[in-house]
Amino acid sequence: MSLPDQTIEKPAAERRLTIAKAMSEALAQEMERDPSVLVMGEDIGKMGGVFGTTTGLFETFGEDRVRDTPISETAFIGAAVGMAASGLRPVVELMFVDFFGVCMDAIYNLAAKQSYFSGGKVSCPMVLMTSVGGGYGDAGQHSQCLYATFGHLPGMKVVIPSNAHDAKGLMLSAIRDDNPVIFMFHKALQGMGWLGTVAGSINHTPESEYCVPIGKASVVREGSDITIVGLGATVHQALAAAGRLDEAGISAEVVDLRTIAPLDRESILASVTKTGRLLVVDDDYLSFGIGAEIIATICETLPGPLKCPPQRIAHPDIPIPFTPVMEHFLLPDAGKIESRVIAMMGEQK
Amino acid sequence: MSSNHSKRLWMYAQMVKSRHFEDMIKPAYFEGKTPVFNMAKGPLPGEMHLSDGQEPCAVGICAHLRPDDVVTATHRPHHIAIAKGVDLNAMAAEIFGKKDGLAGGRGGHMHLFDPAVNFSCSGIIAQGMGPAVGAAMAARMRGSDAVAVAFLGEGAANQGAFHESLNLASVWKAPVVFVIEDNSYGISVPKSACTAVASNADRAAGYAMPGHHVGGNDPDAIYEAAGIAIERARSGSGPSLIEIETSRLEGHFMGDPEGYRPKDEVRRLKEIDPIPAYRTRLLEAGFEESELDRAESEARGLVDQAFSFARSNDYPEPKEAFDHVFA
Ligand SMILES: Cc1ncc(C[n+]2csc(CCOP(=O)(O)OP(=O)(O)O)c2C)c(N)n1
Repeated sequence: MSLPDQTIEKPAAERRLTIAKAMSEALAQEMERDPSVLVMGEDIGKMGGVFGTTTGLFETFGEDRVRDTPISETAFIGAAVGMAASGLRPVVELMFVDFFGVCMDAIYNLAAKQSYFSGGKVSCPMVLMTSVGGGYGDAGQHSQCLYATFGHLPGMKVVIPSNAHDAKGLMLSAIRDDNPVIFMFHKALQGMGWLGTVAGSINHTPESEYCVPIGKASVVREGSDITIVGLGATVHQALAAAGRLDEAGISAEVVDLRTIAPLDRESILASVTKTGRLLVVDDDYLSFGIGAEIIATICETLPGPLKCPPQRIAHPDIPIPFTPVMEHFLLPDAGKIESRVIAMMGEQK
Repeated sequence: MSSNHSKRLWMYAQMVKSRHFEDMIKPAYFEGKTPVFNMAKGPLPGEMHLSDGQEPCAVGICAHLRPDDVVTATHRPHHIAIAKGVDLNAMAAEIFGKKDGLAGGRGGHMHLFDPAVNFSCSGIIAQGMGPAVGAAMAARMRGSDAVAVAFLGEGAANQGAFHESLNLASVWKAPVVFVIEDNSYGISVPKSACTAVASNADRAAGYAMPGHHVGGNDPDAIYEAAGIAIERARSGSGPSLIEIETSRLEGHFMGDPEGYRPKDEVRRLKEIDPIPAYRTRLLEAGFEESELDRAESEARGLVDQAFSFARSNDYPEPKEAFDHVFA
């Protein structure tokens, strides 16, 4: 897929990283700077994480600060909560978000409620990084996104970068944040060759430290006819569709959410105020999802009427099937976005 | 001799069948994925976990089972599915994502369900254990002497579900057998780095049930231990745990570069490959070369037929993805 450039300023020297490399670089820099940061999870030591998130850390920082865990998510994510309450800043990996079922209590009842139940006296500065997304035939227990599931539960922040630049900046912000932050990374963007990476996710990533703020969406393409909101992988599909729509004389603005919770409602509202049309593209399950939340926000707050009813594209409410003929029939893609936008533009108010 | 002639011949044939099934998967899996390995491509997309080397665990246990006994297996399920008698054609078709697959292509290699022989599996570590306890209780409440067997890896024995299921099964005296296939690794992490006890058989004592340890990756020894545990379950005396030392001859998944394991380990393991070792043992015990050859070629023939069936089978209609979300 050829994709338009991101709207990130281009410095003289390009330093293109994959999201995996950007994540491990952010971790290394922050571990260097702050001795209270440590990393834990399955296969994150010598193996460097099955999605490359911790490459090289074990060699640099040793087994005290880069801990392979038993397959005991309840124990090690619970332990991270205890470490965070005791002054450390643990970064833990839940290999696939689909595995949250065995350890959700540690996440949403412990980590996410620590500040509230202590009346603000105890914080929980931990990061839970986890892979999301399908599209490679791994079926229903290894391909889910579950953005809305995590976004729905108060007390934790949830981010998902669509490119390496944002991944590094969001990781530094996440580690420095005093709250639990769920850092979701999409397998199709990770830069692991064996997962077939979208080229646009590999972009200029400065070596120096920088933070991408949590809670700020980004307009990755300006346009005037319609706002397409995406996150993670769907940002790239939206950008590809916008390129094609441009040739058809339709000017699409693309908003990359970057953060799921807290949601940057202002940026979306500003964009839709300008374009008057809204399409949300989500690879999570449709019902009760990100799309519904964003559309509700617009309906509640937009001062004037929309030019056509807002729409959403998402994975329908069925488990993710194994066989590619079914999986690709269901997943959002640039073609589906393009035709939906054309249909929306044709609708009379 | 611990097991009779026909059982041993059956165990040998099932091991050969399983190995040949996976030997057929290997080239098929890489079709369309090379020169640059891309998991999404080719006729067999997604992760692929092979069980080469672990065949004795499946046959030694399943040789005691009837179709009405329940088995829950893991993300590494082929050898167990084959030994439990899962329909070979439908299983192959499922792995290829075809319409006559076990679930019409919806589940794939990690989610094989064959209710005809009471087999299922899950890709979430240790999560087949609770359902096995439930199936065992259901059999007892129906007045049947059927049992349930939950297979898991040694890495899975560190999950909460393991400890909770053992306790529950023991409290309820459920007719269930927990079988740990100890291949020494949970993906890249060696057992010694993640399991507090040297032998998981010792953990059984914590739940007041017998724990058997079987070394040597030997079908006869596994058969013998399984006989005791399954008889105990059938007769209403409660659950048991069997830990089997076995070996994983391939990476955790296909494409695994295995940087975590000593270079010559796999070579050494292949030298003690349990299948040729068992053949030698059977010949020494007086089996005819010709009967072993016949069993082998029959097993291979069935697998070849299943792969032709799977390849020539059509893909399902994409919109059939919407079927069966609810019963
Ligand atoms: C709850 C859960 N955590 C993690 C994983 C990822 N995972 C898949 S297989 C595996 C290793 C399992 O090791 P073991 O139980 O020893 O079985 P083996 O793969 O060696 O057969 C891991 C960590 C998972 N599928 N489910």
